[in-house]
Amino acid sequence: MHGRSLIDHPGLRRTFPAWLLLGALVIAFCSQSPYFLTGLNVSNILFQAALIGFVACGLTPVVISGNIDLTVGAIMGVCACLVIELQSLGVAAAIVVSLGAGAVLGLLNGVLVEKTGVSSFIVTLAGMVGLRGLAFVLTGDTSVALEDERLSSLIEYQVGPLSVGVLVFIANVLTLHCLLAFTVHGRNTYAIGGHRTAAYDAGIPVSSHVITNFVVSGILAGASGILMAANLGAASPSYGSGYELWAIIAVVLGGTGLRGGTGSIAGTLVAVLALATLRNGLELMSVPPLYEPLIIGTVLITVLVIDTIITPRRAGYE
Amino acid sequence: MNEFLLEARNVGKAFAGIQALKDVTFGVRAGEIHALCGENGAGKSTLMRILDGSLQPDSGGIYLSGIHKTFSKPLKARRAGVLLIHQEISLVPELSVAENVFLGQLPTRWGQIDGRTLLRATTKLLQECDLDVNPSALVSTLSIAQQQRVEILRAFAFPYSVVIFDEPTASLSEAESQRFFSHVERLRQRDIAVVYISHRIREIFRLADRISVLRDGEISSTFNTRSTNEAEVTQAMVGRSVVHTKNEARNVEGKEVLHLESFSWRPGKGGISLSLHKGEILGLYGLVGAGRSELAETLFGLRAVIQGTLYWKGQSVSIRCARQAVELGMGFVPEDRKTLGLMMELGILENLSLVVLPVLCRSGFILKRREKDLFDKLCRQLGIRTVGAHRPVSILSGGNQQKILLAKWLARRPELLILDEPTRGIDVGAKAEVHALIRSLSAEGIAILMISSEMPEVMSLSDRIVTMRDGSITGKFASHMVTEELLLKHSAPILN
Repeated sequence: MHGRSLIDHPGLRRTFPAWLLLGALVIAFCSQSPYFLTGLNVSNILFQAALIGFVACGLTPVVISGNIDLTVGAIMGVCACLVIELQSLGVAAAIVVSLGAGAVLGLLNGVLVEKTGVSSFIVTLAGMVGLRGLAFVLTGDTSVALEDERLSSLIEYQVGPLSVGVLVFIANVLTLHCLLAFTVHGRNTYAIGGHRTAAYDAGIPVSSHVITNFVVSGILAGASGILMAANLGAASPSYGSGYELWAIIAVVLGGTGLRGGTGSIAGTLVAVLALATLRNGLELMSVPPLYEPLIIGTVLITVLVIDTIITPRRAGYE
Repeated sequence: MNEFLLEARNVGKAFAGIQALKDVTFGVRAGEIHALCGENGAGKSTLMRILDGSLQPDSGGIYLSGIHKTFSKPLKARRAGVLLIHQEISLVPELSVAENVFLGQLPTRWGQIDGRTLLRATTKLLQECDLDVNPSALVSTLSIAQQQRVEILRAFAFPYSVVIFDEPTASLSEAESQRFFSHVERLRQRDIAVVYISHRIREIFRLADRISVLRDGEISSTFNTRSTNEAEVTQAMVGRSVVHTKNEARNVEGKEVLHLESFSWRPGKGGISLSLHKGEILGLYGLVGAGRSELAETLFGLRAVIQGTLYWKGQSVSIRCARQAVELGMGFVPEDRKTLGLMMELGILENLSLVVLPVLCRSGFILKRREKDLFDKLCRQLGIRTVGAHRPVSILSGGNQQKILLAKWLARRPELLILDEPTRGIDVGAKAEVHALIRSLSAEGIAILMISSEMPEVMSLSDRIVTMRDGSITGKFASHMVTEELLLKHSAPILN
């Protein structure tokens, strides 16, 4: 790259705020709490990161292609309830059916967006409300508890400090990264977000790429819901509320532009780690949960404003 | 009278260490049209933005009637009587013509917009300028040419003493430009100082009293229009002489690639019949609204075919989407002034390989090495100097962006390439390079359908020229036989 530093790489440059936040938080919490860097706490952070991470990583390609998916939180709720209610079929079958449900809901989103021409914001905003309702109908408006232990014991299985959930998440991050960075589907996703008409004119099957990304987003939101249900041994139709916002925050903090065409899974991953660290650290320092949203909101806006200020303005072109 | 009404004295400006303007002194007198020309990147827009207060100079200053002024923002400049009319149309589509003309200074009565005064004032302006636009029509319902006229109306709405035009005719056709010139001359008659920025040498000579050339951030020379010629100005712009070569009568006898028979995107009389051969450049000349872009879009499957038949290498086919057209072997570079049809944030390499990915991959994975080889080869072939394969295309100059746009199709080796205004908005030097590229594409056997509003371009590049008016073909010519008068006669609207 003509001796240019890595900082000049446009993709890496955009992940800067996430790195900044993560680094600052790790330094701050290390100095405040001796417990912070222990194995148990780190694996706690990783598990928290995986919960948001599945959703955020699934959302990233959707946003890169110039769309948004607000249904992810509701899909989490639906899939969490499904996996608990279907456990009589066996753990594997319950998981497969729940993930399948996530895929079908994602497909529905994608097809509605592509075939009707209604913007993805509107389609998934309606979907967010409607699917949350579906979760309530599925459970009859009550929490459902796990009757056998198989699902929760599966989640407790560990390899070193990493639980199964975290391992699956890591595999998922690697797969998605390869998908975006090395495949034709990934490249076309960037192209569609960058200039949809030009992508269409280049003969790219725009609709099928966009729909595929919605399906991936649905499946991964489902995975997050299943992980949550397995971890808590129960499910409630309100599971995952607010996760669509966490996911969008992670995606943006990770340097993916909401206008589409830019972004990376690596950025989202770092942002997810930073968010999980922030929440974990606040708990460690026994900040009352009441203050958490206020602090998190303040920190986020500060980081993004700092980033905008220190970014050199582009030179004026003719 | 040697007093300058508006003058930039010894102005310097740098961006991120790059010196955009060096010690520039440029002045315009009342009742004078002073043209400013130069290649892309020469610093024209920077100078204009300093004159209208969008940018502040690092050194030097702006003088209005000899008094030093600091315009901290465009509104301040406007209040002082200096108006910049931007290259891009900057109207609010959801507001009416009248509201747009007076935007920012709407007449009010008791704190509310005085609709009656507004309408009356606009109607009066429209009559004065001899424009046929409904003052209460929403701007979004107007054509681009009409919108341009509304934009110009702003210059007449207030007693401005200086009006700066930044490439005003870039999206106008020949005839519309002629009408526009009469408005500019009207400004001169009113003793207003006009700064006129344009790439188009010919119209500069038609309008300007003096011509200044900006090169690499410096005024390289200033000419009196009466005592100079086009070649001299062009040479001052590019620093070398540019020779316009006229096409010799080439003997194109390749196989027929495309044949249309009473083909159209709309019902009714006629339809379009033409044929295009391997290695041939067919120029499609006509005014804006003649249906040239519509024809191109229909060919490429972006519009439905309402009547007629398309024969592709002798076979009758119906093309329903762009993907199908690409797979048949067509390429399309649409007219798109703002974004040029590029993914601005994506890298140069990523933009270049866009249409060849299907052959550059194995089971869905991109073969990165072959992609890079292709990139290196294309850059060498096109003389694109890049600062890195993955740097975003937005950092390239307009001319290089246009070359990328053509080159991505070069990689795919289509049999037919449709170009809609391939050199709109790029400077003289880059234009010559794009023309050379188009010639070499046709030399490789690609049939080219080129839409253009610029007569010299159509006449120098095409083997044959087809003129269009109102959705139909009005004439077919061999390019070495054609004259400008002939083209105009066959494309100008029929007056009734």
